[in-house]
Amino acid sequence: MTTVARFTVDYTRFLDPSGKAVAELPAFARDPASLVALYRAMVLTRAFDARAVALQRTGRLGTYASTLGQEAIGAALGEAMAPEDVLVPSYRETGAQIARGVRMSELLLYWGGDERGSRFTGPREDFPVSVPVASQSCHAVGVALAFRLRNEPRVAVSVCGDGATSKGDFYESLNAAGVWRLPLVFLVNNNQWAISVPRSRQSAAETIAQKAVAAGFRGEQVDGNDAVALRAVLEAAIERARKGGGPTLVEALTYRLCDHTTADDASRYRPAEEVSGHWAEDPVVRLRNHLVAAGAWRKAEEEALLDECARTVEAAVAEYESLPPQDPASLFDYLYAELPAALREQREALIRGGGGDE
Amino acid sequence: MSENGGTTLVEAVNLALARELERDPSVVVLGEDVGVNGGVFRATAGLQRRFGEARVLDTPLAETLIAGMSVGLAAQGFRPVAEIQFMGFIHSTLDQMLNHAARLRNRTRGRLTCPMVLRAPFGGGIHAPEHHSESTEALFAHIPGLRVVIPSSPARAYGLLLAAIRDPDPVVFLEPKRIYRALKEPVADDGQALPLDACFVLREGRDVTLVTWGALVRETLAAADTLAGEGVEAEVIDVATVKPLDTETILASVARTGRCVIVHEAARSGGVGAEIAAVLAERGLTTLLAPVVRVTGYDTVMPLYRLEHLYLPDEARILAAVRGVMEYA
Ligand SMILES: Cc1ncc(C[n+]2csc(CCOP(=O)(O)OP(=O)(O)O)c2C)c(N)n1
Ligand SMILES: [Mg+2]
Repeated sequence: MTTVARFTVDYTRFLDPSGKAVAELPAFARDPASLVALYRAMVLTRAFDARAVALQRTGRLGTYASTLGQEAIGAALGEAMAPEDVLVPSYRETGAQIARGVRMSELLLYWGGDERGSRFTGPREDFPVSVPVASQSCHAVGVALAFRLRNEPRVAVSVCGDGATSKGDFYESLNAAGVWRLPLVFLVNNNQWAISVPRSRQSAAETIAQKAVAAGFRGEQVDGNDAVALRAVLEAAIERARKGGGPTLVEALTYRLCDHTTADDASRYRPAEEVSGHWAEDPVVRLRNHLVAAGAWRKAEEEALLDECARTVEAAVAEYESLPPQDPASLFDYLYAELPAALREQREALIRGGGGDE
Repeated sequence: MSENGGTTLVEAVNLALARELERDPSVVVLGEDVGVNGGVFRATAGLQRRFGEARVLDTPLAETLIAGMSVGLAAQGFRPVAEIQFMGFIHSTLDQMLNHAARLRNRTRGRLTCPMVLRAPFGGGIHAPEHHSESTEALFAHIPGLRVVIPSSPARAYGLLLAAIRDPDPVVFLEPKRIYRALKEPVADDGQALPLDACFVLREGRDVTLVTWGALVRETLAAADTLAGEGVEAEVIDVATVKPLDTETILASVARTGRCVIVHEAARSGGVGAEIAAVLAERGLTTLLAPVVRVTGYDTVMPLYRLEHLYLPDEARILAAVRGVMEYA
């Protein structure tokens, strides 16, 4: 018997949970300003999440998926992607979406049941939230192929959860990205849970990263609560893709400190001690500790930042709540480029206020 | 074009694809075996050689991917024309077509759009293996935001496929493979598209309206000829776009004839014929002189080929239905 293939899966971490460097930091991290930028993005995301959950609890927002505990992913992705790249997200990429210029009021509109939330005044080519898990991976293949066909040095980034990696469309997308060596990065937010189903019940594979190996490209793990490691790994993957080096799968190991969504009660399926244990790995505290120890962050700055975030979020809430409702005709007006004759009567009946059933 | 001056339906599909690849650099053809092999039915024959591997791509064998990546390409401004090898394998694309392609424009309020075409050969009658003979157009016709287009002749395949590719919204384009090569007619490769969302009145008549689409247009026209010999003048309507439906043409015809027989190969319950009958009941009831009758496939599993002739409606069943309708009080 001979061995015909071997593979390894790298794991990257720069900061331990206390914020202490455990390896030589990447070049960007030697500039405190770049670390502060990551930190600010995480704090803003956390403030937004908290406000969105509160709005839901008071009936001012629909079901919302918080990113509590996973803020490093969005912050790092926001830094690692170029504006001309395209984000193809799931529903838990609030941080990355904010970083890419989606207005917070638009995010609130989306979760508040208003399609205008996906119209994005900012990143015009980014995909909207995808609810059918993993389905968006296929879109990212098409987007990356479009870049290739037009010879553009751009990269598509597809994000999904650990549960989503069990789906066929995830594998189909990985496989195609490998065949065509597309400029595409698959980022998996492995927050250990898919609603109530733990990571161990999704796959017997030791890592999710190794699924890339079967598709013929590199898969690696990164400490998903270490914003520095995430930024370094994602930046390298994105730049490799941009230079024609093909796709990468990045598995970010993190933990969902919140319920799955505001419609979920996680205490029914996971012990409180498990959750409280993971608070010790909080990505926000980790980076703050690091910054404070480096003398790059003080109490006054922290207070000013919290205040600033609260005001930014409040302004977004005000913008969200002040937008007049959509016209009833909007139910039909974006269905096709031009409304087919067969639908005109239904549209008119809707505007009249009847169902057209008479 | 074939030597004897006529073009088959599958050749017309090929002509339309080539014409659009030539005319519009954003058109890409993709699917399983569409490249060197030219498609299992030869619909894409010669296209890769002529337009290159960047315009005519063999994909991995993965239907969800084919539909889903087409959504991504379309959102990026390409006009993907994806082939699903047989309709029996189209069903894993339903998620992408329903949840994404059909609603991308609506859910982004027009920011991203999805000008893609999903082509597939469909229907029975060619003694194909299991899962190769289904007609499930109604599954797609139920989806708001989609168009479902079915040609019934080489000329209409050419003109409708051009229109489908140029349409700014997603189109499911179903090709009746039983008549891929069964009939030839002159097709001018003139780049002229035919209208979508419009029925074609193939034969005028004052006594009864026969509404059909796809391969059964042939049998229906043959039945109309037979009926003419019996003194019954049948109007024959090829629906062509089964979503959205051109109900006006059908209602106007039935308002003149007072009688309607709907003919389709797909199973009866919940078929597109049911929608047409419902429209006639809602908006044409007072013009009807007889009940609307459907001649369709049965509500059973599409049989393997030895028994498929029992399943597929034929001219005799159409004639029997029309005679019943004509004799109705
Ligand atoms: C295809 C599909 N099946 C089921 C659901 C319902 N659902 C929503 S989120 C979810 C769990 C997803 O878990 P994971 O992929 O780990 O992402 P996470 O929510 O943890 O970020 C499920 C089952 C869905 N949205 N899509
Ligand atoms: Mg998860």
